[in-house]
Amino acid sequence: MVSSRIKRYLARHLQMLFGSLGRLYRQPLASLMTVAVIGIALALPAALHIIISNAQLLGGRWDSVADLSVYTRLDVTEEEAVALAEQLRTRDDVAEVTLVTRNAALEEFRRLSGFGDAVAALEDNPLPHVLVVRPVAGQDSAAAVQALAGQLDALEQTDIVQMDTEWVRRFNAIVDVVRRAAIIAASMLAVAVIVIVGNTIRLDIQNRRSEIEITMLIGASRAFIRRPFLYSGLWYGLAGGLVAAVLIQATLGLLSEPVGRIAGLYGSDFRLASAGVAGTAALVGGGALLGWLGSWIAAARHMQSIDPR
Amino acid sequence: MIRFENVFLRYPGGREALSGLDLHVERGELAYLTGHSGAGKSTLLRLIALILRPTRGQVFVNGQNTARISRRRIPAYRRNIGMVFQDHKLLYDRTVFDNVALPLVVAGAGRKETGRRVRAALDQVGLLGKEKRPPVSLSTGEQQRVGIARAVVAKPPLLIADEPTGNLDPGLSEEIMSLFTRFSDVGVTVLIASHDLALIDRLGNRIIRLDSGKAVADGVPPPREGDYRG
Repeated sequence: MVSSRIKRYLARHLQMLFGSLGRLYRQPLASLMTVAVIGIALALPAALHIIISNAQLLGGRWDSVADLSVYTRLDVTEEEAVALAEQLRTRDDVAEVTLVTRNAALEEFRRLSGFGDAVAALEDNPLPHVLVVRPVAGQDSAAAVQALAGQLDALEQTDIVQMDTEWVRRFNAIVDVVRRAAIIAASMLAVAVIVIVGNTIRLDIQNRRSEIEITMLIGASRAFIRRPFLYSGLWYGLAGGLVAAVLIQATLGLLSEPVGRIAGLYGSDFRLASAGVAGTAALVGGGALLGWLGSWIAAARHMQSIDPR
Repeated sequence: MIRFENVFLRYPGGREALSGLDLHVERGELAYLTGHSGAGKSTLLRLIALILRPTRGQVFVNGQNTARISRRRIPAYRRNIGMVFQDHKLLYDRTVFDNVALPLVVAGAGRKETGRRVRAALDQVGLLGKEKRPPVSLSTGEQQRVGIARAVVAKPPLLIADEPTGNLDPGLSEEIMSLFTRFSDVGVTVLIASHDLALIDRLGNRIIRLDSGKAVADGVPPPREGDYRG
């Protein structure tokens, strides 16, 4: 008895769910336009999110390398450089020191730069020894690294100290700003989706005002009358989310090849990360939720004023 | 079934539609409300349907003081009243079947029961076989019968009708009125507002005449000479 009532209740909801879908289908142009606008509004913040997570992926690769490069003066011998490396390794704030001797550096340069012949023509090796110093994790704050750089710079053997990580920090700072901007943009566009759906539903309610009044006279509750409108909003949001997912997938598809080429030029195997299944589900689900919310607000506001006469 | 006690109704704007109306309609009774336009017929029916609330006085329907029915409970209350309108108030984007089924859908009836009762109601008004048609493909009289089928499909104990024959020619009007008589015969209380005095005089039922918001005459007209019923 109870289960048959629940079954009937579910059947009625399903019927309304697909009934409202049918209603959207019967006015395809208007529905498509609404869905397209919602899709674009959802695609913008989602695309920003993907750009940021890719940038973070990129930044994350560099972030662990908060290294300092110490270039020795040219008159420092290889033995002295090895001794200096040993000495630096004993420091508490240094995790690791990698020595690239001037000969090794020249060899690498010959190999990678494509200037092999020009290098062979050199009488002297113009390159200094390089000590790549990695600060201890936890002491790699900007100030700590700055202090360490100062001390290394003060060493007699040092020519210059270069902080490789400085621009990574700047990059991450920029990513932070962009991320915050993206959150703001996403909030505004979420509101936009609610407004778009809300307005569409408001027009729908106005167009079907007499039908609503008749149904009220027959004894329908407000919840019953509201239901098809809520489902319409749900469909709008869901379809908009799907459109956004397709737009994003298409954009990523178009970008992945050139991005791969750029990465290849930098000797990286970096690949654009896509939204993934979870991301796409979140996009479509979020769209549906916003659509439902928009229609709920519109229904609550505009149905209140309708009373049969 | 219906009792009005010293009911006043003043519309916003000041027009007083009912001024101290007293009225009593028994369970199972059929009564006509008449009077010239503006006499308060529609207002009276709207008070029963809780579309309006009285400014003063009390309205009892089916033993319930309607003043005690909150806005939230109006839908459930209205499901016990079948309403027929002069302009039918059908949903023109749905079939005849869906129109008649609406009160059952609203009440949450099952699919099988809905089909059975809709066909029974359409049979009663003589429209069985037209359930898949859109209302616009029917004549005005047929559309009104769809409206009546919708009003009775959920078997409400009370049926109210506001000028149900207002747009119909005399032959069709009589047909519609005889439908109402049949529902009254099976125990439904029926209250019909109509200014078609020539017609309702002949039907031999109680007539309540309103004037300036008061009941000024009430009773069954005497059979007249030349009347087919006489």
